[in-house]
Amino acid sequence: MRILSLWPLLSLFALAGCAGNWGWYVVNPATPAGQRNLMFLLDGLYYTIALSVTAIAISVLVGLLVALPGLARQRPPRVINRVYVELVRAVPILVLILWVYYGLPQVADISISVFWAGVLALAISDSAFQAEIFRAGIQSIDRGQHEAAHSISLSYVDKMRFVILPQAIKRILPALGNQLVYMLKMSSLVSVIGMEELTRRANELVVTEYRPLEIYTVLVIEYLVLILVVSGGVRWLETRMGMADRR
Amino acid sequence: MGATQKAEQNDKTADAALIRMQDVSKFFGTFQALDGVSLNIGTSEKVVICGPSGSGKSTLIRCINRLEQHDAGEIRIDGVAVDDSAAARAVLRNNVGMVFQQFNLFPHLSILDNLTLGPIRARGLAPAAARELAEYYLERVRIPEQIQKFPDQLSGGQQQRVAIARALCMEPRIMLFDEPTSALDPEMIAEVLDVISELAATGMTMIVVTHEMGFASHVADKMVFMDHGRIVEMAPPKRFFSDPESDRCKLFLQQILRN
Repeated sequence: MRILSLWPLLSLFALAGCAGNWGWYVVNPATPAGQRNLMFLLDGLYYTIALSVTAIAISVLVGLLVALPGLARQRPPRVINRVYVELVRAVPILVLILWVYYGLPQVADISISVFWAGVLALAISDSAFQAEIFRAGIQSIDRGQHEAAHSISLSYVDKMRFVILPQAIKRILPALGNQLVYMLKMSSLVSVIGMEELTRRANELVVTEYRPLEIYTVLVIEYLVLILVVSGGVRWLETRMGMADRR
Repeated sequence: MGATQKAEQNDKTADAALIRMQDVSKFFGTFQALDGVSLNIGTSEKVVICGPSGSGKSTLIRCINRLEQHDAGEIRIDGVAVDDSAAARAVLRNNVGMVFQQFNLFPHLSILDNLTLGPIRARGLAPAAARELAEYYLERVRIPEQIQKFPDQLSGGQQQRVAIARALCMEPRIMLFDEPTSALDPEMIAEVLDVISELAATGMTMIVVTHEMGFASHVADKMVFMDHGRIVEMAPPKRFFSDPESDRCKLFLQQILRN
């Protein structure tokens, strides 16, 4: 539905293009060729979203699991947390994508699809940041909440599940939204190993049509709309959670 | 053989008192919060602990339900040593409730959910039974009509009474109160102290850290005065208020009773 609101904007660009060097005909929805090209570009949306959503789901889980030992009173679990975070944070995403796709099959003697290589690389890379976000969120919860949970004999898991995490997640929701936006953008890097997502589609079309300015402008607008929709969704979730609990 | 007999004997003497603390010490870094504290508390006994800030009174009751781990000595509840064992956890779950200075209600949960979380998750009660329990205890602390509200919609006095009800929903035999009225506005102190006094009349074993000396003189069976991590004075309230032995306690009472 929201994608449809693009057409007026695109038509405007098309009109403007008639005057100067712009060649909007490549993506002119009024012509069959332009329509075909547009659909080709938009088709990448599926993999961009599938990649990002799968990766963020995994990275939130892994991030939480990595954050918890970071909050332990004892030193060894905290060291494990530190090593993971520092190590993963230091690897550029692009390098990690290449390493997982080309390197991992050699090490582990498994073949990995482009999609899962991308998901794995994005998730691992993001999980270090998620871990830090969760750690900060959990640490921001008053000690009295832990003590009250202890005083009614809740187990560690129940304490986290029913008392600490619901409050922590509400506080870190803006940061989690941020990471999702970041993930949507970073998924463009998976194009280098041949993932047919938005950026790869644009690159391929540029090669055949030789109209980089117009095609990449469409690409920019695609990301812009996608991310505005996600931001709106996160904000809606924030107010909804805020209203439900009031604090 | 001899050793086990001795251990059994120790257990028997420990049984006499519901809570038995023997030479308990606790350090925070180099600061000694508790210095060889020994204290026995019998079933239904009410103990009020007072003393200047930093004297270790909060640390003392926090060691009883393992919010703090004591570094030396021994604490036994119902004969079971309080440590990290499963037996200790079970004994704490079945026997000890606590009320905090800052209430520490769960702000994201309704009053009902605050009260039923422990019974459902820790005691394994069915939700319906837990709800019944919650309604009963909310009635007891005289706020049955607030069950669907959230903590921040209640006054401080109401929040503290909900916190008392939350602890009671675990159906403990021992209640620990850590300065339950210190964070309250003056006009709300009475309503909370009334609820605690009523609870005292039911035969609950209670340890109360408070500076409310009027309340203490009515409720306490035993007054304890602490200073620098030690029990300096321990006496029935009559003697404690009229004729304290130590100068430190006299001075403290003079200062606190002047207002």
